[in-house]
Amino acid sequence: MNSGRCAACKYLRRRCPSDCIFSPYFPPNDHQRFACVHRIYGASNVGKMLQQIPSHDLRAKAADTLYFEAKYRIQDPVYGCVGMITQLHQQIHSAESELAKTQAQIAFLNSNDHAQESQVQNIETKLHPDSNILILPEQTNAAGGLWSYVPASATSTDQTSWF
Amino acid sequence: MGGSSPCASCKLLRRRCAKDCIFAPYFPPDDPHKFAIVHKVFGASNVSKILQELPIHQRADAVSSLVYEANARVRDPVYGCVGAISYLQNQVSQLQMQLAVAQAEILCIQMQQEPNLPTQIDQDEKSLLLSSNFNNNIPQYLGFASSSTVNQDPLKRESLWT
Repeated sequence: MNSGRCAACKYLRRRCPSDCIFSPYFPPNDHQRFACVHRIYGASNVGKMLQQIPSHDLRAKAADTLYFEAKYRIQDPVYGCVGMITQLHQQIHSAESELAKTQAQIAFLNSNDHAQESQVQNIETKLHPDSNILILPEQTNAAGGLWSYVPASATSTDQTSWF
Repeated sequence: MGGSSPCASCKLLRRRCAKDCIFAPYFPPDDPHKFAIVHKVFGASNVSKILQELPIHQRADAVSSLVYEANARVRDPVYGCVGAISYLQNQVSQLQMQLAVAQAEILCIQMQQEPNLPTQIDQDEKSLLLSSNFNNNIPQYLGFASSSTVNQDPLKRESLWT
């Protein structure tokens, strides 16, 4: 009978039995799916692979992945979908390097920040050689963080923060 | 035959190994498993057709990738190589997220340290932040899992090319 044959049996020009291994996974409305798979694996190998899988759901997934791999092998006869795997490994390597670099930058910025804060807290009194600025010891302003220095002979009330 | 040993494929197929045997350069007699697994998954006839359609300098790589795919399919009869692709795509996505978080952290730190200055963003960092996808050319197959029997570790860093 012509009507009701799956894509595989149509392609192979044979009768489609009621227990055809291909028919649930190669519907008649998608002839390209079986054609791809047959071209790369051969109907006999596909049939054997599907027979070895115990459940219908897993066979359906297997048919999908076989079609995926066959399609990529036809598009790229040298590397098939293995080319994609190589590309993904390279992307992972790049991303890992970039992440390591970024994390090192974070560590550097954080340590720089801590170092500046401790400098601000521990500076000693000294007169700046090039100006008449007196640097006050361990003074903190109202904010508790920065300290200020005052010109020794300044009449201005301006204060400049220094760190 | 000229006294030389038949290649692995002709041994398995029990035929005379011709001088111009298409398999002989890639399936030496000391590694019968290599051809056996490719024959099991693809079939000798299909492998021969694939190789014949390729220029000679590309055939070695084609054989390597066919062997890789055949091994993956035997290890995981349901997902084959697609299981590895799905796993690696997940890894890339996770790394992208971690990178985005780390870059946001740098921006925060920079803004805290120099609140009065415009944020200094390196041009490379900016383009990385703006680029949304590493995988522009690779279709996403995140829906494919792997069979529980698959050991992903060999596929992570396995050397593909002999």
